[in-house]
Amino acid sequence: MELVLFLIFGFLALVGSLGVILSRNVVHSALFLLLNFLMLGLLYLVLGAQFLAVSQFIVYAGAIVVLFLFVIMLIGSESVGDFVSKGRRVAAYLGMFLALFFFAGLAYAVGVRVFLPPQGAPGFGAIESVGKLLFTEFLVPFELVSILLLVAMVGAIALAHQVWPAPSREPKE
Amino acid sequence: MVPTSYYLILSALVFTIGVIGVLVRRNALVIFMSVEMMMNAVNLTLVALARQLGSLDGQVFVFIVMAVAAAEVAIGLAIVMEIVRHRDTTNVDELDLLKW
Repeated sequence: MELVLFLIFGFLALVGSLGVILSRNVVHSALFLLLNFLMLGLLYLVLGAQFLAVSQFIVYAGAIVVLFLFVIMLIGSESVGDFVSKGRRVAAYLGMFLALFFFAGLAYAVGVRVFLPPQGAPGFGAIESVGKLLFTEFLVPFELVSILLLVAMVGAIALAHQVWPAPSREPKE
Repeated sequence: MVPTSYYLILSALVFTIGVIGVLVRRNALVIFMSVEMMMNAVNLTLVALARQLGSLDGQVFVFIVMAVAAAEVAIGLAIVMEIVRHRDTTNVDELDLLKW
């Protein structure tokens, strides 16, 4: 049963990720990215990580993809066309070759290890246990994350905020 | 239970597709999406290994990675907007102002 779910969700996740890099239209890329994120969230559920699955749906599928779509719509379609580099086929093939080489290394690293059957603890991945861990052992990183998010928010506003007309440098009398 | 190595192979595949996207596509937004995909692949690895080891630490790491990814997307998309405002393109090959 778990294997069937894994195969379905994993296949769809692969379809999504291939769609991101293959589709000509950036909006389609964003929607394939959404498919990929959703399928990975379902895989988290299969793995018994309910809390992370819900965060995945909210943060990635809900916030990040919507942000991408927002920016695509704001920029407009004329400047987000497709730029598969013309006359640079060699670079593309070389990139693919490098990536395959990289994958071979990863697969080898995974293949040489023999894993014992997974040992799931009782109540593993439930919100209770993750929350307990977040607020005891990992309290400092958790709080630092909030500072990081605040700084990112201020930075994004400072970068994207358009002052129009531009403020004059001279102090007004 | 599905063996952990299946999950690792799947995440290696997704990560590799992300690498190809970064290397081959020239649209800043698509490159950005590929980077997000690679982060997600690593998250899947962390969750699978957390189950393998029976420890929840990996899931906490994934939570923190998600927060970092959200911050990264906010800043990165603001930078893309700013580039489009100044140069009117998202093609990374045209952004060679720093090239010597």
